[in-house]
Amino acid sequence: MEQKVYFEDVQEGQEVPTLTMHCDSQRLVMWAAASGDFYQIHYDKDFAQATGLPERIVHGALKHALLGRMLHEWVAPRGRVKRLAVQYRGMDMVNEDVICKGVVTKKYRQDGENIVELEVWTENPQGQKTTPGTAIVTLPSREG
Amino acid sequence: MTQPSSVITDEMRSYIGKESGPVVVEVDKSACRMFARAVGYTDPVFYDEEEAKRRGYRSIPAPPGFLGHVVYNPARPEQRLDYLPPFKTPFTRILNGGTDIEYLDDICAGDVLTVTRKVVDIQERQGRLGPMLIVVSEFTYRRGEQVVAKFRGTLIQY
Repeated sequence: MEQKVYFEDVQEGQEVPTLTMHCDSQRLVMWAAASGDFYQIHYDKDFAQATGLPERIVHGALKHALLGRMLHEWVAPRGRVKRLAVQYRGMDMVNEDVICKGVVTKKYRQDGENIVELEVWTENPQGQKTTPGTAIVTLPSREG
Repeated sequence: MTQPSSVITDEMRSYIGKESGPVVVEVDKSACRMFARAVGYTDPVFYDEEEAKRRGYRSIPAPPGFLGHVVYNPARPEQRLDYLPPFKTPFTRILNGGTDIEYLDDICAGDVLTVTRKVVDIQERQGRLGPMLIVVSEFTYRRGEQVVAKFRGTLIQY
């Protein structure tokens, strides 16, 4: 795997390539198993509706992990995701796309590392930001 | 105007800042692969240990968001990592309010970590869904003495 992005290439305001995941019930069940979160509102429609929700909802932590994947795929193989903090402001329903986006807000060197800060979020198909957050990643330098 | 009584009790407040005893979590190869697959990764680093080692990891790295699984044992009920508050509340419904993970080192398959949990904030709010209790907990993950990750989770009960 080739390094695509280096620290020198990055500018404030630059967008990270968007990642879109269609979150069908199979995806939510895979996530439940992988994460160990078996709360029924994510895969049992009757249960979800009995708690007052209109439908099964996408796990918040899955949206966090999808944003993590977007960042990993941007900085890999040599960069690292150092911090990812998000808030679950809006619910995403099963069988809809979760669209992950990010914009660079700051870049600097600190303690020998090349740090990039970003604003990240997920959107639903209506363009509403349901999961706003911030992230910190490191990137390699072209100077080695 | 009547002032609604607070659902936050002194008992709840007494938990703020108190650290729970350590719980053991294991990070293993299958779990890393399963997590990566659930999130849709195609990067071989999460599936192929040789590739992970070529890229400088000790073994398959834990994908962002994965901090291992609790060593589950029905005979040891204290070995569970509860995201729910450690105290009783009048609410039955739960939503995840937020996740903040900070990594201080790579976490890889083969790692055995200990986790301690601390409630750091309790608030109540009148939301669209009625009264809500918002509890923020901080989980500290250590490999030996070294802190490798900090997880801050917000849980909403209503």
